[in-house]
Amino acid sequence: MLGLLASILDGVLIGAVYGLAAMGITLIWGVMDVVNLTHGAMIVAGMFAAYVLVGAAGVPVYATLPIVLAGGFLVGVGLYWLSVHRVIGQPPLMSLLSTFAVNLVLVGLGTAVWGTDLFNVPASLPGFSLGRYTFPGTHLMAALLTGVIALALYFFLYRTRLGKAVRAVSNNREAAELVGIPTARVLALAFGLGVALASVAGMLIATMFPFTVLSGDAYQLKSFVVTVLGGLGNPTGALVAGIALGLVEGLTTPFVPVSWTLVIEFILFVVVLITVPGGLLTLFRRRRPA
Amino acid sequence: MILRRPFFWIIAAIVAAFAIAPAIGDNIELRESLVLAAVYITLASNINMILGYAGYVNFGSIVFFGLGGYFSVWLMSAHAWPLAAALVAGGVAVSALALVFGLGILRLRGVYFALSTIGVNEGVMAFVANFGPWGGSTGIYLSPALFQPLGGPAKALWVIYYLLVGIMGLSLVLSYAVKRSKFGLGLLAIGQNEDAAALLGVPTPRYKAIVYSLSAFLPAIAGGLYFFKSAYIQPPDAFDLQLSTETIVVAMLGGQGTVAGPALGAFLYEELRGWLLTSPTFSHFQLVVAGVLLLAIVLFAPGGLMGLLYRLWPRLRSFLE
Amino acid sequence: MNAKGGIKVGNKHYKVRFVEYDDQSQGGRVQQLYTRLILQDKSQFLFSPYSSGLVATAAVISEQYGKIMLIGGGAEGKTYELGNKYLFQCITPADQYLSGAIAELKEHNPHAKVAFVYSDDPFSKAVVAAAREQAKQAGFTEVLDESYPPSTTDFTAIINKIISSGADTFLGGGHYSDGATLARQLHDQKAGMKWVSILVAPDSEKFKTLGAAANGITVPSQWEPQVKYKPQFGPSIAEFTSEYTLKYKDLPDYHAASGYQVGLLLQHAIEQARSIEPDKVAAALNKIDATTFFGRTKFATDPGHHGLQIAHQMVLAQWQMKGGKLVKEMVWPDAARTASVVYPLP
Repeated sequence: MLGLLASILDGVLIGAVYGLAAMGITLIWGVMDVVNLTHGAMIVAGMFAAYVLVGAAGVPVYATLPIVLAGGFLVGVGLYWLSVHRVIGQPPLMSLLSTFAVNLVLVGLGTAVWGTDLFNVPASLPGFSLGRYTFPGTHLMAALLTGVIALALYFFLYRTRLGKAVRAVSNNREAAELVGIPTARVLALAFGLGVALASVAGMLIATMFPFTVLSGDAYQLKSFVVTVLGGLGNPTGALVAGIALGLVEGLTTPFVPVSWTLVIEFILFVVVLITVPGGLLTLFRRRRPA
Repeated sequence: MILRRPFFWIIAAIVAAFAIAPAIGDNIELRESLVLAAVYITLASNINMILGYAGYVNFGSIVFFGLGGYFSVWLMSAHAWPLAAALVAGGVAVSALALVFGLGILRLRGVYFALSTIGVNEGVMAFVANFGPWGGSTGIYLSPALFQPLGGPAKALWVIYYLLVGIMGLSLVLSYAVKRSKFGLGLLAIGQNEDAAALLGVPTPRYKAIVYSLSAFLPAIAGGLYFFKSAYIQPPDAFDLQLSTETIVVAMLGGQGTVAGPALGAFLYEELRGWLLTSPTFSHFQLVVAGVLLLAIVLFAPGGLMGLLYRLWPRLRSFLE
Repeated sequence: MNAKGGIKVGNKHYKVRFVEYDDQSQGGRVQQLYTRLILQDKSQFLFSPYSSGLVATAAVISEQYGKIMLIGGGAEGKTYELGNKYLFQCITPADQYLSGAIAELKEHNPHAKVAFVYSDDPFSKAVVAAAREQAKQAGFTEVLDESYPPSTTDFTAIINKIISSGADTFLGGGHYSDGATLARQLHDQKAGMKWVSILVAPDSEKFKTLGAAANGITVPSQWEPQVKYKPQFGPSIAEFTSEYTLKYKDLPDYHAASGYQVGLLLQHAIEQARSIEPDKVAAALNKIDATTFFGRTKFATDPGHHGLQIAHQMVLAQWQMKGGKLVKEMVWPDAARTASVVYPLP
């Protein structure tokens, strides 16, 4: 019983971090209808940024967070002008391919520099024990920081002028342009934010698990699943869905062989896409009287 | 009549070139390089029917190739079916499955559809990795004895090659025939504007399901041949998402929506990759080169190579498709 | 080698030329490149790709052309049951990977409660299938049997499952990233294992970067610089290790050593056969029963298992903390032992 509880709690902690990564994808999609396929590569970039900063520059592990956040934002803005700006408003295939192309380049450069060796960021914090089960301090810290970043994002989107501009462009680009919002710059800003979220998620994951240059694919797929469950374009949904997915994983692993979890996850993914393409949260909204 | 059109004879000439070139002087080295090109052309031509004509991005098209491989290899090794029967059965089974999947996910559009195809591929891969009769994650190893009915491995590889070239030719003809048909016009209309197409009387759900299933048939057979040649099959090789995305890259490179484009793109891409891999300077940077190339096409030449050729020589349009 | 005049065959000296390509671990690419090696580069002998599946794929080509292929990476045994004539496995096959760990553990805990947690790939499954039987014979109890997808990045839930099962021994893993992640998470989550053996990953020098999480982890290894064999031909262990370290600025791991071993065996077989005719060299390889720096080598010659390695022994290494530094010590078998095993885990 305690085991089940521990499993669920752990699932929720890590699910929150997956939710953070998914917020990056969903924010970009919501604002400009682009599925960012550099997402996995940017998660890995965050991991290696943390590795290099801690290893070579001696920065304390959690002090790398603001640096990764700022760096991710700048890289994201750059990537927007390089690969996304020209394909805005075109069929989805074009932006899928242009971001996929950048992904190929980044992964190719990464393997040329670091090979496919394993890297580890030494991070250790006192954990918290529940009987024989232990929740590592790094997991607790990652979930906590995820909460802080999500709140900050919420504050930015709903309480600041710039954030309101982002939401206006997201709702209706033409109308936003008519009232004088510089859309291209707002799009670049949103793309930068999305990439920053991905790389911070990568940095937090790196404090918990070792990684390689190729780790991005697995996390990117996970982010897709979370994004779809939460509804494309819905940052709150992404966070909730990440936690929910962690909950489901925590609930199933004690009873089902782990090798089946992926099958369950992807069936869930496809079924949700077909039946509730707006994400699981819409199920609750529909119940309200219209 | 399709036989009267010059483009049909261009296809015939390409197939003949593939068949004859390695046979001259028994050039097995060339054959091995063309095998992969033929596989890419088959995959790209088939994905083009749904991507280029109907405008649906299928990221997981490789699931047909992998499942076809599994069906055929399993029928041959566990039930001792002859090659031809196993291939056809694999193709039919996968097409039927595609119809079932298609009826579900083709209700989605745009990015939603694209994401769901990734889900289908990954879900099927995870399932096969747990599926006992197909060897789970260990996959299926074929005994060299299975090459004996074809006259031993040396001869068998030639037979497999000619069959693959045949499948490649059929893919091109199919792609051409579909484009020229009323069915194809309906698909192109869906690609332009699905709602308008439906209003004009195109039975969109039926057309989409048919093209999805149709685009599964020949890749499934190609998968059977490919994994028979490899003599083993495992989930990560069968359902390799990277090969799937490469297929899209190839179709784009050549020019989606045209018949000749995907074939041209596939051929050039495979030869380029083969060269990069064996070049001492670029072997570490081949992903980078592929990425830069793709980005340049998407941003500056979205019509692909065929688009460029048409712009340079507009008269090509009269006999190329 | 070439500086010394090449390989001597009778009165002739053959120069050695290496050709290599990157197969990207793709089956289709492997066949293309091996054909290229044989036909265009005119290779007379082949060395295998890495991983059991790719070996099977390359074997279709090498057998067809009657070329000898020495296997330095690919421990799964199934390929040798298919009737291949020119394949020679130079490393210990998968079914013996964990036998050393089980033998050593029995000395310390004859009633071990074992959790088998392993990657869902052919190699790891073959290792565990055999280890399960060996553990049963040793009198251990199996309390958990769990395979995970090779792409798994987070083992939190699995480790909670291990804790729930009441296991005190962990046997399993798979390849690089999953094995290292398991070690780190077993430590982070204080799983309380008394014995942990993980495949492949801990053998790499990189494993040290896990710090305290690496301490006490055992790994079955094909070879370590500390082994003590008396070679009948080829370099001594010290010579190989120092030459390698000089050239690559790092200690050789067993993949590097097996890479050297395949070349050494081939040279020896060619010299013995006094020919580069594949059939004659294959006959010489069939006859080999010799010890090199890599250990003893002998190939099965019965048609049902031709080419399977039957003499080479693995060693068991353990990461131990010595004066604040992690070092890899040999703890099994007695002949190779450099330190006594630390049990239970610190």
